[in-house]
Amino acid sequence: MITKLQTNPGAYDVIVTNSAWNGRATELGVIQPIDTAQVSNFADLNPSFRDSPLLNVDGKTYGVAWVWGITAVAYSTEVYKDAPTSIEALWDAKNAKRVSVRDDAIEAVSFAAIATGQDMNHPTDLAKVKEKLLALKPNLAMLWTSEDDWNKQFQAKAFDLSVYWSGSALRSKTNFKLPVGYVVPDEGAVGWFDGLAIGKDAPNAEGAHKFINYMIEPTYYVEWATKVGAPASANPKAMAALPDSDPSKAFYSDEAAIKRLQFMAPLSDQERQDFSDLWAEVKTEYAK
Amino acid sequence: MTPTTRTRWAILSLTGPAYLWLACTIFLPIAAMLALSFLDKSPLVPKPASFTLANYGAFFGKPFYWSLTRWSIELGLWVTLFSFLIGYPAAYALAKRVKGRWREAIFLLIVLPFWSNALVRIFSWTMVLRSNGIIDLGVQSIFPGAPTVDLLFTYPAVVIGLVHSYLPYMILTCYIALQAIDDSLIEAGRSLGASKFTTFRRVVLPLSLPGIISGAALIFVPVIGSFMEPRILGGTKGATLGMNIEEQFTVTANWPLGAALSFILLAIVLVIFGILYPFLRKQGGAA
Repeated sequence: MITKLQTNPGAYDVIVTNSAWNGRATELGVIQPIDTAQVSNFADLNPSFRDSPLLNVDGKTYGVAWVWGITAVAYSTEVYKDAPTSIEALWDAKNAKRVSVRDDAIEAVSFAAIATGQDMNHPTDLAKVKEKLLALKPNLAMLWTSEDDWNKQFQAKAFDLSVYWSGSALRSKTNFKLPVGYVVPDEGAVGWFDGLAIGKDAPNAEGAHKFINYMIEPTYYVEWATKVGAPASANPKAMAALPDSDPSKAFYSDEAAIKRLQFMAPLSDQERQDFSDLWAEVKTEYAK
Repeated sequence: MTPTTRTRWAILSLTGPAYLWLACTIFLPIAAMLALSFLDKSPLVPKPASFTLANYGAFFGKPFYWSLTRWSIELGLWVTLFSFLIGYPAAYALAKRVKGRWREAIFLLIVLPFWSNALVRIFSWTMVLRSNGIIDLGVQSIFPGAPTVDLLFTYPAVVIGLVHSYLPYMILTCYIALQAIDDSLIEAGRSLGASKFTTFRRVVLPLSLPGIISGAALIFVPVIGSFMEPRILGGTKGATLGMNIEEQFTVTANWPLGAALSFILLAIVLVIFGILYPFLRKQGGAA
């Protein structure tokens, strides 16, 4: 995303940014400050997302908190009658060649860090993280790269247990009618939130503000969540407006699960390179 | 104007546009990438950059890069070999045995894969190769109770996908070389008492060597840098240097490292060709 914004200035009005990257985008000057007066629903947003230092720099808002979600464990309800409760299920010998994780260095390191009881954003013992990831080799069937990829392989029964995004899991269930179950393990999971930013030199900044306002309002969110499936909205009014039968309402109000989450934070260039090199080494071992 | 000057002008004006095009679209970007590989920061980041050899040092410092490079070269060799084993006989049959309108029809079939999107082709291979895919169902229907054929996410799957994509190159280049061989040469060999196999080995094969070499070069070089087929068909088994280079550009945004790795790969390819070139020239000339 950062590369795309740098090489295509003035091409985009609204950009969806992960909270961990919004600060970097601000630093590099590819997004502009948002005039929150033009976004009438701004005050309704959950303060812990809305005022997060990840989206606000020097008193100016560079990202409007939009949705948040969880990266945890998705499983096939046909294979698992009871949801697995521990993250160790991914490493369980019973699941040889039935597990999939995303081909992403940061996500992989985060999960192994959580499984070894460390801070996922700044793990102190990377050697332990690497060992944990290498231990996954016998169970790993494949690495998925996109939601579409995941859906195709899950439907073809290439794997039963996987690390997956909450919004996408609900979407796979609602929209594609796949037998997906989702659970936040006892050891914890990755929490993330996305913001909506406006590109520097956006062709239509005024329209961008209006669009962002529309994206965070309840009526749009309810339609999106009930018809297609969506992650949780950063606007508590939108969450409250969901019908009680909607699975995401119950899921995202599970306070105990939310307390177990570790939220993604920005990483330094060196940390990102270290994670990437670690993952590249692990993948080389997987291929042997 | 003297005839030589006129000839020179003719050559310049005919090749000039092509070289200018090459310079702008290939040489200049490559030169920029070469300069980039010696910097410590991507030029798009607003910080002053300094000269460093650390990017090249990273390749020699971390053993997994060498594993990836070795596998990429191995993959290139396997794909070239199988393309040759399948493509050369096909080209021979097309050049020497098939006549008339059938030739055009078969040409069309060979070129047909180029008309479809590469990604669509690779994804269709996933449907054919997996368990409960077309091959598995076929085997099950002929031999019920046979073990399932699950080739997806294995090394052979990557080779199959790559051979399928690059086979037409070998067929076409070998065809061009083979159909230029005068039939009377083969007849002369046979009439002098050589067996069919000896005629093939001593007459046809050396004369078609340029076609084989250009086909091999057209296949080997792209394959060792490939990342699409290994990623989709290989699962965890398809790790190549190409995939790592792609990640440097898209995930870690470490362009200098990606550029350095690309040039190391280029240097390895040039070294391989440098070593093989004298042998191939000798072979081709000895016929």
